[in-house]
Amino acid sequence: MEVVLAVIIGALYAAGLYMMMRRSLAKVVIGLSLLSYAANLLIFTVNGVMRGRPPLVPEGAVRPVEPFADPLPQALILTAIVIGFGVQAFALVLFKRAYQAAGTDDLDQIRSTELPKKSRKAGQAQG
Amino acid sequence: MTLLLLLPLLIPFLTAVTALLAWHNRLLQRRINVVGAALHLAAALGLLVWVSREGIQAVQIGNWPAPFGITLVADLFSAIMVVMTGLMGLTVAIYSLGSIDARRESFGYYALLHTLLMGVSGAFLTGDIFNLYVWFEVMLITSFVLMALGGSQEQLEGALKYVTINLLSSALFLASVGILYSVTGTLNMADLARQIQAGDTVAPGLATVLGMMFLVAFGIKAGLFPLFFWLPASYHTPPIAITALFSGLLTKVGVYALVRIFTLIFVHDIAYTHTLLLIIAGLTMVTGVLGAVAQMEVRRLLSFHIISQIGYLLMGLGLYTALSLAGMIFFMAHVIIAKSALFLVSGVIRRQAGSYHLKEVGGLYRANPALAALFFVPAMALAGLPPLSGFWAKLALVRAGLETEDYAIVAVSLAVSLLTLFSMTKIWAEAFWKDHPQPEHPFARLAPQTRRPLLLPVVSLAALTVILGVAAEPFFALATDAAAQLLDPSAYIQAVLGGGA
Repeated sequence: MEVVLAVIIGALYAAGLYMMMRRSLAKVVIGLSLLSYAANLLIFTVNGVMRGRPPLVPEGAVRPVEPFADPLPQALILTAIVIGFGVQAFALVLFKRAYQAAGTDDLDQIRSTELPKKSRKAGQAQG
Repeated sequence: MTLLLLLPLLIPFLTAVTALLAWHNRLLQRRINVVGAALHLAAALGLLVWVSREGIQAVQIGNWPAPFGITLVADLFSAIMVVMTGLMGLTVAIYSLGSIDARRESFGYYALLHTLLMGVSGAFLTGDIFNLYVWFEVMLITSFVLMALGGSQEQLEGALKYVTINLLSSALFLASVGILYSVTGTLNMADLARQIQAGDTVAPGLATVLGMMFLVAFGIKAGLFPLFFWLPASYHTPPIAITALFSGLLTKVGVYALVRIFTLIFVHDIAYTHTLLLIIAGLTMVTGVLGAVAQMEVRRLLSFHIISQIGYLLMGLGLYTALSLAGMIFFMAHVIIAKSALFLVSGVIRRQAGSYHLKEVGGLYRANPALAALFFVPAMALAGLPPLSGFWAKLALVRAGLETEDYAIVAVSLAVSLLTLFSMTKIWAEAFWKDHPQPEHPFARLAPQTRRPLLLPVVSLAALTVILGVAAEPFFALATDAAAQLLDPSAYIQAVLGGGA
């Protein structure tokens, strides 16, 4: 199971980074969400995948029966999912507004912040 | 007394909430903003006094004993950083009154400002590495909105780059935290420090790999070479008050996190990790200052300077002696004050001469000699001329470098200092000395109601760089104590985990 998950995580990272290096804005957003999925799944996998051993304390006992699944990584992932959801929603709106303002979704064209005003025309002529 | 540890978080939170409740009353929001910022600074100073008297303080949130619950810890370094946050908060809060337009104000600018201050203070005070991630996100999401608020094309494009790179770094940070937890079974920084020093649960090689992952994650946020390209591409786009706040606090949180983990947790292989930090420090200084020398736009020029100053901070960390860490802490206070003062002054330049571009301004010395003095003091402090604050900070770093015989980094830091001076004289010559390119250009006078909020923060920050320089002794003593705590983490560990540690 761990091996399968490891391959999936690797694929997610690769796909996420590949998408981020594309020129289209929309693909960058997809890349960002793939990366955060990869990070969440990574936390889940490295902390040990365990089937059917919930960390519940049986009646009369003071601690759960070993071995049990560690609930903390799942709590971390839950927090990270919530944060990631909010941030990605914001990013999506921002990217849409930037697309509307710049009139293009080609990242190579979006560089009004890179060039000083004087040389921007020259830069566009070259590009 | 433990309330003092929570107040730097509670006050900005409550300020932000009350500002939100007063959504339709812009005037009331402005008042709340100043009162909240002043209270925040007062609470931070209280915390600093308390920590310097009674040693490192820790609070277990919800009374869950460490290392299971979330801990808030304040050692001297944290407390100093929280005071700097309060100081920046207050100066920018006042400056904003005169410089932020009504449209931004009515879209919740002040609530965002104070949420940002809460996030930054939280990052400085937490003793739990996942909690640090959460505070980073609080800080980031508000900084995203502050950067994009207003919605001009330039701002949106700057924010685009800023958001993307920061999300990438957060994902890396999160993954590093997850792996760290899987090998140690704890998220408490003091407990992590204990385990990695003991070396029985974590193989040293794996610990180094994790340290490097954190270095990249925090390095992006701090603007280290070669990860800083987002900074000069985005920092100059929002209004100058926001730029000043970002330059004062956000990259410094990244540096703080680096200092924390590379003095507390990953100190098992100093010969490797801290040498690497030194090399990066040198490259960061050089690339930053060379970028600055090439710029003709004041805000971009100063943004590149942020990067080269980060190099100095990292140099203090990389040398890793009592003197270098003290120098680093002193430098941190100095650079936060001097750099923000310069950004705020450049906002006044823009108002009076009509542009941020050095080719389009001039003659300010004749028009407003007082403003020239206000620029001159922090600029010379940044370049490190005695008797201003930067001189003592750089002197300590250079001496520390000579003591450990790292001559290369000393030579680099001195050369970079010279180039800093050069680029400051460039602003001086272009903006203040030469005549205005349009001879008939009328200098805009500051309107009476914006005069005070614009000039008061600049004057106080410039005065602080002089005080830090002329009366350096008590401040340097404080920095030395803070450095001693960083160098010997046992007191920190004991404060968090209790006597048995």
